[in-house]
Amino acid sequence: MRALTTAVRRASATAPGPAAARGDRARGLRAVALVLLVGALFVPLSASAQAGGRTPQPEIVIDAEGGCVAPPDEMRRNHMNMLIHQRPLTVRQGVRGAEVSLRGCIECHASREDGSAIGTRRNFCQSCHDFVAVRLDCFDCHQARPGAEGVRR
Amino acid sequence: MTQPSSAPLSAPWASRAGERRFWLAGALGALVLAAGLAAAHYMEVHGHAVTGMSNRIVWGVPHVFAIFMIVAASGVLNVASVGSVFGQPVYKARARLSGLLAVALLAGGLTVLMLDLGRPERIVVAATHYNLRSIFAWNVLLYSGLFAIVALYLWTLMERRLNAYSKYAGLAALVWRIVLTTGTGLIFGFLVARQAYQSAVLAPMFIAMSLAWGMAIFLIAQAALFAWQGRALDPAIRRRMARLLGVFVAAVLYFVLVYHLTNLYFARQVEFTRFILASGGAYPLLFWLGYVFVGSLVPLLLLFHPRSDDDRTVIVASTLVIVGAFAQLYVFIIGGQAFPLELFPGYAASSTFFDGAIAAYRPSLAEILLGFGGLALALVAAVVGVRVLPFMPEDDRRVVAAGSGAGE
Amino acid sequence: MSEREPVERDQAPSPSRRGFLAAVAAAAAGVMIAPGIRLIELAAARPAGEPASGAVRWGLLIDTTRCARGCEDCVAACARENALERRGETSVAETQRPQWIRKIELKELATGRELSLPMMCQHCARPPCVDVCPTGASFKRADGIVLVDQHRCIGCRYCMMACPYQARSFVHEPLARQNPAVPRGKGCVEGCTLCVHRVDRGLAPACVAACAEAGHGAMLFGDLNDPASAISRRLREVASVEVRADLRLGTGVRYQGI
Repeated sequence: MRALTTAVRRASATAPGPAAARGDRARGLRAVALVLLVGALFVPLSASAQAGGRTPQPEIVIDAEGGCVAPPDEMRRNHMNMLIHQRPLTVRQGVRGAEVSLRGCIECHASREDGSAIGTRRNFCQSCHDFVAVRLDCFDCHQARPGAEGVRR
Repeated sequence: MTQPSSAPLSAPWASRAGERRFWLAGALGALVLAAGLAAAHYMEVHGHAVTGMSNRIVWGVPHVFAIFMIVAASGVLNVASVGSVFGQPVYKARARLSGLLAVALLAGGLTVLMLDLGRPERIVVAATHYNLRSIFAWNVLLYSGLFAIVALYLWTLMERRLNAYSKYAGLAALVWRIVLTTGTGLIFGFLVARQAYQSAVLAPMFIAMSLAWGMAIFLIAQAALFAWQGRALDPAIRRRMARLLGVFVAAVLYFVLVYHLTNLYFARQVEFTRFILASGGAYPLLFWLGYVFVGSLVPLLLLFHPRSDDDRTVIVASTLVIVGAFAQLYVFIIGGQAFPLELFPGYAASSTFFDGAIAAYRPSLAEILLGFGGLALALVAAVVGVRVLPFMPEDDRRVVAAGSGAGE
Repeated sequence: MSEREPVERDQAPSPSRRGFLAAVAAAAAGVMIAPGIRLIELAAARPAGEPASGAVRWGLLIDTTRCARGCEDCVAACARENALERRGETSVAETQRPQWIRKIELKELATGRELSLPMMCQHCARPPCVDVCPTGASFKRADGIVLVDQHRCIGCRYCMMACPYQARSFVHEPLARQNPAVPRGKGCVEGCTLCVHRVDRGLAPACVAACAEAGHGAMLFGDLNDPASAISRRLREVASVEVRADLRLGTGVRYQGI
């Protein structure tokens, strides 16, 4: 909402004065309409930024015992960076058994109920990614269920 | 009647009929473009399973369209080169239109190529990671470079104070597009394992193809624009450009002949050549009827016949050249892949993966629509371009007279 | 299953082989890693955190004289291991179904001699797919395994045009049932990984294990750079060829009996 009001305020600051020609006024109106339209796109985002309200909160269910490779705060902010840093080392250089790995995530965070890290809003990865509206494409290719190394499920 | 040269360059269409045709072309283009985008979305959601492409025919109809447009884009710019670099006034008046068409075609071709990718959403990777050993990566650089160079070139042509530099910009564009089309030809030329490709002659052949296809497109666009504006094209100019198209068509035919002759001479290539020229079903038919007869011999006859000298003949001949181009590319790209790779010379091979077998290919509607969508994008870009900026050729009477004198 | 596998019978005759086994894999000899899978020649998994070594070059020797016409054990094992869709398991056209390894039946035109062999990525020393890949998604690992980095693959399929062995497939449909150790997905090109996820753990590729397990022993896997490895010793003894040797690609897979 804040984004919207700022945008409108900014638009009115640039609106034409009374001396402006009719063409200018029309252009100004169009600019206001554009700003409103763009602002409207931000509404869902800024609304969800305020906790609670109509937006369902992520349900974080962690069945596994023990801690993660880093404290939750750190993981929330940086898990993607950790994974992206490790990715070329594993794929291109063949480093195995690293502390950080997508399969490690899934081993712990796959739901006990359905065995997957995605699928519904109760599944660990999807619950947060839905909430922050960040597309999760790891599982286009990676299996969201745990499995033994080197052996097909 | 040629309008006086004092008429504004991007004048509103001379007549209501012209205006209507402009909107019609724009709307038609937008419609086909929308259909193409929808097709791309459909392919993206379902994967390439909804196309006729396979593990054997990995490049299909979208690539025929894309390569046609990219190659033609380079060739259509030749009109500008002849004007700016070789100083022909008749062509110089057409340099801007030539640049616009080049950008429009390149955009159309690249859009098709991009939307056909397995992961089009990752296109940015192609800009952030370059493998400099890849001719494909070089082409990415060359294509983006051509946009930049043509933009600069158009600027020097349109901004009076920069006119003096147009010759240098034109020269840069000439060199760049020769390198670019060489690169496009070598995408195939570097494929050492494929019998249809792996030939250095493909580079000059692609350049000849670009000149012919680009000229054909230019002539059609020019005729359409003149008709829409209710202006008449000077017959001497038309005759000159038509003959040039004829020369280019003959040049392509020459390279195609050399390509097949060398293949016929090498024992290891004979079987492939027999397939593509005689026994391969649709491919020989497309080659002989589509490319050689309809796309080359008939246009040559039309273009050089002394008594068939009018607008309609040139448009028909140009259209046939384009039809022939599609037939030629279809045979080259798809026929070239349909013939099996020869892993074990001297053996007959068979497998579940179709070793030793001719691959079947039936394009699906989605991929055909994607291809036409690219053409439509080029059309829309060109139509909008001539509408908003002064791209129309303006022939000064004296220049026409001088030009036609030189052309005779 | 017995610890004396047919592959052992095939590799055992020379005394130095026994010495090698004793020296390198003494502790591991006969140890079952998982049911049906045994250390064949690799000493051990690479330690955690260590990258693949350029001192190693993995390779295969395929003995076509032991490869039976119509036998598809290696093909089935590959599909099982890598969770590839088998015939009938997918709705895509048969020409669109990924095949990382396939059996080619050959008949020499001049003589009528028939033979059969498995064909897969040849893990070239100078791979054309790596040369042509615009983004560098196709790459060769330090130990000679040619792979596709599917995070970087944009699905242009130029590598499929360039590969002389038709060894690569394109994923034509969305997938959901991947092996957790073998990520694969729509819109990327893929091919034989030489079971890199197994090799890194000290196991032979699934096709090789299956061929040995079934008693054919037509596939030998090992380090081409190690003169003492079984594969190197066999390559010194028997005549073997690269497929399309004229292209000078330096394949990691060699064939005997063609």
